[in-house]
Amino acid sequence: MRYQAPESLDAAVALLAGAQGEARVLAGGTDLLVQLRADLVDPELIVDIKKIREARTVAEERGGWRIGAAVTGAELKENTRLKQDWPGVVEAANLIGSTQIQGRATLGGNLCNGSPAADSVPALIAAGATAAVVGPRGRRDVPVEDVMIGPRKLSLTKGELIASFFLPPRGRGAADAYLRFIPRTEMDIAVVGVGINLALDGAGTITTARVSLGAVAEKVLLVPEAAQAIVGSRLDDAAQERLAAQARRACRPIDDKRGTIDFRIDVAGVLARRVASIAYERARLR
Amino acid sequence: MAKHHVAAQVNGDEVEFLCETEETLLDVLRDTLNLTGSKEGCSSGDCGACSITLDGRLVCSCLVLGCEVGGRRIETIEGMARGETLHPLQQKFLEHAALQCGICTPGFLVASKALLERDRDPTETEIRYWLAGNLCRCTGYDKIIKAVMDAAAKMRRG
Repeated sequence: MRYQAPESLDAAVALLAGAQGEARVLAGGTDLLVQLRADLVDPELIVDIKKIREARTVAEERGGWRIGAAVTGAELKENTRLKQDWPGVVEAANLIGSTQIQGRATLGGNLCNGSPAADSVPALIAAGATAAVVGPRGRRDVPVEDVMIGPRKLSLTKGELIASFFLPPRGRGAADAYLRFIPRTEMDIAVVGVGINLALDGAGTITTARVSLGAVAEKVLLVPEAAQAIVGSRLDDAAQERLAAQARRACRPIDDKRGTIDFRIDVAGVLARRVASIAYERARLR
Repeated sequence: MAKHHVAAQVNGDEVEFLCETEETLLDVLRDTLNLTGSKEGCSSGDCGACSITLDGRLVCSCLVLGCEVGGRRIETIEGMARGETLHPLQQKFLEHAALQCGICTPGFLVASKALLERDRDPTETEIRYWLAGNLCRCTGYDKIIKAVMDAAAKMRRG
């Protein structure tokens, strides 16, 4: 197994594209090293992207935020301005694992690990984030909801990797939030996760919204019908009921050790209401 | 392929070692550098027994490759006491009997030190959340939390 730590995206792409066998990108390693240890993967090449500047940088860009794919959860948490703009994205990233895991785990890794229960992914999708994908044919911006196509399956092709994410300008009267359900208080994997991002006009009426659900389908879902259920409302009880109903309708979960189909569908509606309420209150204060 | 030649700083000392790609930093610390204070519990980042700091950041050394740490600054449990003088956390763990079998102890100490370097006066709840990635099957945690709180108080007094 070869290990390379290139200092440029071009070099990383050339390595990945030229690999004879399976190649894996290493960011924080909190999933990859576990999978290596368990013999779930046996790559010929590991490409560590942590020496690439774009992958390791958080910066304001065009009124929004550029977040490197290999920036850690702990680093996101320490960025107070990012947290003010996108509290939902940061709190979702900070729900992944322990303090030790936060010291290594990254947004790029959480998405590319390809788990439908990844905590940061519903928050990124709700935020309208795009992933900057670089590969042998150049660079393209891909909406985060189009990166994952199923468990452990991505739309990226050979030689491609995610260099960074772009979060759009926040604007006034707008905010996001993320909650997940787990049977304990810490250190667990989402049974259901919900990310919601919304914007209000001066009268407190919701003008736009995005709703994303995790762990209730083969991939993280963007649910426009759930967003439509609250647009035009002030998140009154009837709007919350419509939101919950549309969130539940979008679920197509599996039964597993963490939760049953019925439980996940029910909780998706409950969480959607709670998350929308948090995002709405935050938006009113901005 | 040839082994990786890595130069890093461990507990203030410049060290060089050779490792295979698949060797974790924990493997290197224990088997190559003979620093066996960091323990191997789960090897999957769940138990925290292998906790170290990497450039001041608390991580599980079982989830870091040895070949990743070139030029980096590593602190392990072996760097905690100053000669024969125990760190206040180590002293308070003894006073509060915050250990039984001891396997988790180096990880708890390293993790607690990283917390107190960021926050001189954490609440009990903050300590419990910070240490959620360190598992102990002996103590029931209460004595550990009390020891950390007492050590923090002692360090604040100077």
